[in-house]
Amino acid sequence: MSAVAGDLLAAPPVLHRRHAATPVWWTGALAALAWALLAALTHLWPNKPAGFTEWACTAEFAAGAAAVALLLAALALAPRPLAALRERLRPAGPWLVALAAGLALWEVLTAKLGVLPPPFFAPPQALVEVYAGDAPRLAESAANSLRLLAIGIAIGAAAGFATGVLIGWSRAANYWVHPVLRILGPVPTTALLPVCFYFFPSSWSTAVFLIALGMAFPVAILTWSGVAGVHKNYYDVARTMGASQWFLVLRVAIPAALPQVFVGLFMGLGAAFSTLVVAEMLGVKSGLGWYLTWAQGWAAYPNMYAALILMALLFSGVITLLFAVRDRVLSWQKGVVKW
Amino acid sequence: MVSIATAEPRQRGARIDVEQVSHWFAQRAVAGAKAGQALQVIDGLDLSIAPGEFVALLGPSGCGKSTLLRLVAGLEPASRGTLRQDGAPIAEPDPSRIVVFQDPTLYPWRTVWDNVALGLQARGLLRRQRRRVDEALALVGLAPFARAFPHELSGGMAQRVALARALVNDPRLLVLDEPLGKLDSLTRLAMQTELVQLWQRAGFSALLVTHDVEEALFMAQRVVVFTERPARVREVLVNDLPYPRHRGDARLAELRRRALALLGLGDSW
Repeated sequence: MSAVAGDLLAAPPVLHRRHAATPVWWTGALAALAWALLAALTHLWPNKPAGFTEWACTAEFAAGAAAVALLLAALALAPRPLAALRERLRPAGPWLVALAAGLALWEVLTAKLGVLPPPFFAPPQALVEVYAGDAPRLAESAANSLRLLAIGIAIGAAAGFATGVLIGWSRAANYWVHPVLRILGPVPTTALLPVCFYFFPSSWSTAVFLIALGMAFPVAILTWSGVAGVHKNYYDVARTMGASQWFLVLRVAIPAALPQVFVGLFMGLGAAFSTLVVAEMLGVKSGLGWYLTWAQGWAAYPNMYAALILMALLFSGVITLLFAVRDRVLSWQKGVVKW
Repeated sequence: MVSIATAEPRQRGARIDVEQVSHWFAQRAVAGAKAGQALQVIDGLDLSIAPGEFVALLGPSGCGKSTLLRLVAGLEPASRGTLRQDGAPIAEPDPSRIVVFQDPTLYPWRTVWDNVALGLQARGLLRRQRRRVDEALALVGLAPFARAFPHELSGGMAQRVALARALVNDPRLLVLDEPLGKLDSLTRLAMQTELVQLWQRAGFSALLVTHDVEEALFMAQRVVVFTERPARVREVLVNDLPYPRHRGDARLAELRRRALALLGLGDSW
């Protein structure tokens, strides 16, 4: 299990492709064309009447696409000052084309042809409208979610790490804690929500507790396995040199276990995300999960999609942050890791 | 040449006495053995190392040589018998007896410098004695690699770092558990000479376990040949050739023939 997760944690391989400084970036030009087509299609093809009001922000969406097209065109033809940005964007070239194509398809199927009917499906411009019109509420929800998540995973990571070190190091602790972990660990934290709502003074503290619990379990297990898996000779070396028990824990066991700890943190985040969202949907009166159910209650589907996309970006950002920290902390590992 | 070692024997090299030591392993999943049955690895062993002496242990694979090293280092208590350092019983590991293992066992998360600093750091001496780390690295010729990580080193370099990590503690006994076993043959020959020079310069007592008959005879003053498990002393070969030694020496060839015969390989000569 941990080996697979370890592979997942590995950063993607870096492609070393040296591009000769060609005068024109052809993929970029193609992307510019695609975005220009998207803008033209959105602006020139009239929307299918939706039965209520006209989709707002259609013109704005078209203008946005046109702006992207102009920027890409400028980059593709690359005057000197933009060359650095062009080199940064170059690997994303095919994706920029695909993105425009995808948006165009989405636009055509929803606003233009109505194959995917409102209100369950919303065209891209409807999301633009939500982001423009409901920004304060979305921002507040995102901030509340992030705060709750940060507190929960901080507590959970610390508790899981401490538990893992303890049961990896102390036989007595292992005897008493391990069976508890074995039984309670696999229970989805969301299943404990109803019970915990009774026991805790507020739904917010319930959520903190359960996010922490979901985070702590994999961190504890993998920290434990990391500490328990440290080669005996590492300890012997330090022991013959006069190391105390504390030194063995802090300077040998923990650093040696860190790669495993990060796998645990990665797995814990998944549990924490789902606990967060469900807790917000069921009890906590704020956050993106709450926003989702709130929007659904009003049949405001564009708002739901907007919140979902925001959620995806936020959670992905949290994981990216974890990877960045890991690459920094485990920089000694580079060269050991095989791709 | 050995005079440095004998100049201040009380200060530098430790005297080690192994008195009537026997040792058993708790049996673990060895085919054919009943659970709970103990496996005897050492049987009534007597052995002494004079201060500043270089002793090698030679014996068949799995005969208990490495176990004896762990007992001498204090990493495990002997089942029966006593081990003493300068008359005091050996009860636990002590920085005056440092082990160098077959694997360098460098901590991969530490730079070369931080690896060498390990012992001083563990005893809280690092802040005042940082210079000793640099000196130890210079001693094994790896000063330019202080900032490197272990995975950037070759096998020979890694083992040199392990040596520096041991020597920075100023050990009175250096316990060498097949330290050159995994190196290529050229590096191995070079490091045999280096080790002998380090021993001569620092004057510690040395206890070397090796499978390599030539290595034992080339480096050590006394070579103790063990029997099959449980280990007993079969014979002690004394090599009084002065250092630096020459590998082609006739006396070495003669001792080698004797050692191989004792190990049951006499026919190959």
